[in-house]
Amino acid sequence: MRLFVSDDAAAVACGADAVAARADALGAEVVRTSSWGLHWLEPLVEIETDDGRIGYGPVAAADVDALLAGELEQRRIGDIASHPFIRRQTRLTFARAGRTRPLSLDDYAATGGWAGLEQARAIGPEAIVQQVTTSGLRGRGGAGFPAGIKWETARRAAGPRKYIVCNADEGDSGTFADRMLMEGDPFCLIEGMAIAGLAVGADKGFVYIRSEYPHAIAKMEAAVRLCAHLVAPFEIEVRVGAGAYVCGEETSLLNSLEGKRGEVRVKPPLPAIEGLFGRPTVVNNVLTLAAVPWILANGGPAYADFGSGRSRGTMPVQLAGNIRHAGLFETAFGLTLGELVHDIGGGTASGRPVKAVQVGGPLGAYFPPSLFDTVLDYEAFAARDGLVGHAGIVVFDDTVDMARQARFAFEFCAAESCGKCTPCRLGSVRGYETMARVLAGEDAAANLALIEELCETMTFGSLCALGGLTPYPVLSAIRHFPEDFAR
Amino acid sequence: MCSWQGLDSAVTDANAQLDAIIAAHQGREGPLLPILHEVQRAFGCIPEDAIRHIAHALNLSRAEVSGVVGFYHDFRRAPEPLPVIKLCRAEACQARGSDALARWAEEAAAGRVAIETVYCLGLCSVGPSAMVGSEVHARLDPAALDQLIERAA
Ligand SMILES: Cc1cc2nc3c(=O)[nH]c(=O)nc-3n(C[C@H](O)[C@H](O)[C@H](O)COP(=O)(O)O)c2cc1C
Ligand code: SF4
Ligand code: FES
Repeated sequence: MRLFVSDDAAAVACGADAVAARADALGAEVVRTSSWGLHWLEPLVEIETDDGRIGYGPVAAADVDALLAGELEQRRIGDIASHPFIRRQTRLTFARAGRTRPLSLDDYAATGGWAGLEQARAIGPEAIVQQVTTSGLRGRGGAGFPAGIKWETARRAAGPRKYIVCNADEGDSGTFADRMLMEGDPFCLIEGMAIAGLAVGADKGFVYIRSEYPHAIAKMEAAVRLCAHLVAPFEIEVRVGAGAYVCGEETSLLNSLEGKRGEVRVKPPLPAIEGLFGRPTVVNNVLTLAAVPWILANGGPAYADFGSGRSRGTMPVQLAGNIRHAGLFETAFGLTLGELVHDIGGGTASGRPVKAVQVGGPLGAYFPPSLFDTVLDYEAFAARDGLVGHAGIVVFDDTVDMARQARFAFEFCAAESCGKCTPCRLGSVRGYETMARVLAGEDAAANLALIEELCETMTFGSLCALGGLTPYPVLSAIRHFPEDFAR
Repeated sequence: MCSWQGLDSAVTDANAQLDAIIAAHQGREGPLLPILHEVQRAFGCIPEDAIRHIAHALNLSRAEVSGVVGFYHDFRRAPEPLPVIKLCRAEACQARGSDALARWAEEAAAGRVAIETVYCLGLCSVGPSAMVGSEVHARLDPAALDQLIERAA
């Protein structure tokens, strides 16, 4: 009997290794694949049958004997590829998720792998950048900057030495798509980086992965070794962060790679002109780079066919926190927040009413259900003082106290500030203390007025978005949930 | 303070190990973080003696290397005597009850295990989550956490 069990860290954290070990001990052949992203069903086990793979989940190690004896029908999910959660998605970047073995070069090549790189080699730098520009692809790391413009800047910058840096610092709470991509389809990221290298004339790439991701680090290191001959002369090195959220900011990341304190640099100069070791450097998020092989293989216009407004293509949305159908949902831009939370996410896991949703990580705004008509689109979120960011959606039920969430936003900023500017370094501490007073019921009105002022100082006086956007979660919580602050 | 002072032979061994670590990375572009990671893996912290050694080898000042060590949450100057459980306290895990779980963890650990805070392990769809070494654990409730603590203690 042949079984498929994911080796994605989310599956492993839910017990997938023990499930695989038990199945193996019972004589089954266990194939470790990437995760489909239906995390509420992990560990998900698929059994190969004459009618295709049949999924069961969640399966604990103690359930495996029953499963193999055909006595776990109550956990039968059926064919995963035709599950509504998968069928409603548009999987371009995550096309292989759940289907292939992450480190199998055969699986990768058999599912269209390297077609983008081949095309890139055939058409050359200018045409590559042209394809990426027409695709409308924007940076998936947070700021949404057009990838084509960044690449063109680096392409035109004087060489000879240039770098491609993949930002795999993924520090935002509620996000895990970078991790899943690196663990589940590492060659796809490598292919994207190699294409970027060809486009701008760089022959060296770094993947900067946060230290909290040991599984992703191991997979990427193995993958880099396995396919070195296929991307040569382009070379990739995996580097590991050291537990600093701010190192996700691109210039801080470059300092960290250079072996310095991860302080944010003043821009300009842009990294594309003067980046790593002062050389032209493309810094892109994992998902930005991983979207590129598809774009090259299918053409920029095909990618641009998906989307909404100026947000083209697809976004791997991450449904997290207190949500029933938690996991990865890649979709063209254009769904509403309400559709994502309720229709797809199934509401809260606790069964209680949804009270608030934070989108875009710790610097993203909290949305109340009354704003669930907001469309997933960079401009639509900005128009409501929020951000799509890395598209993590964290759901809270009605037991959440928004004043505590506002206080946490300051606490996080204080803990992770790089210390370079005063409004961020000191403002966050002041904000935390002031919000603690609000929580204690001390003169809420006066203290909230103080916080508004403080937020204005942080917004306008901070060098980077850590200090500059911490006011988003704070002010959105105050604005949309005033009852939690009247104490 | 983290140090290998004591037996002369221990000092010699440690120095040899340190030299080997530095030599393995010195030729790389931006070798400092890889070196610090490996030193910490080998010694459980970044000893003062190592900072001097590394600074010398990389042609940096001690203050520069110290500044880097101090900047990153991962690097310790003193070894952690207790086993460590890193518990996620970021928003997605908060939404699944990590605050209450953290209070529970402190009590259950009773000083035998260090409960450290981390902000996000990328397991936000299956929280609350924790990491022990490089092992990951999700869907934690008090019972599962008790087990983790007892196993670590
Ligand atoms: C505090 C802070 C943290 C950030 N963290 C990340 C991160 O973890 N991953 C990421 O790709 N971008 C992060 N960014 C955005 C990067 O600075 C940069 O915009 C991005 O890496 C560019 O790549 P992209 O255009 O492909 O998105 C962060 C920015 C700030 C201000
Ligand atoms: S806003 Fe904060 S994190 Fe950003 S540069 Fe200033 S001090 Fe550093
Ligand atoms: S918020 Fe806890 S794992 Fe992401």
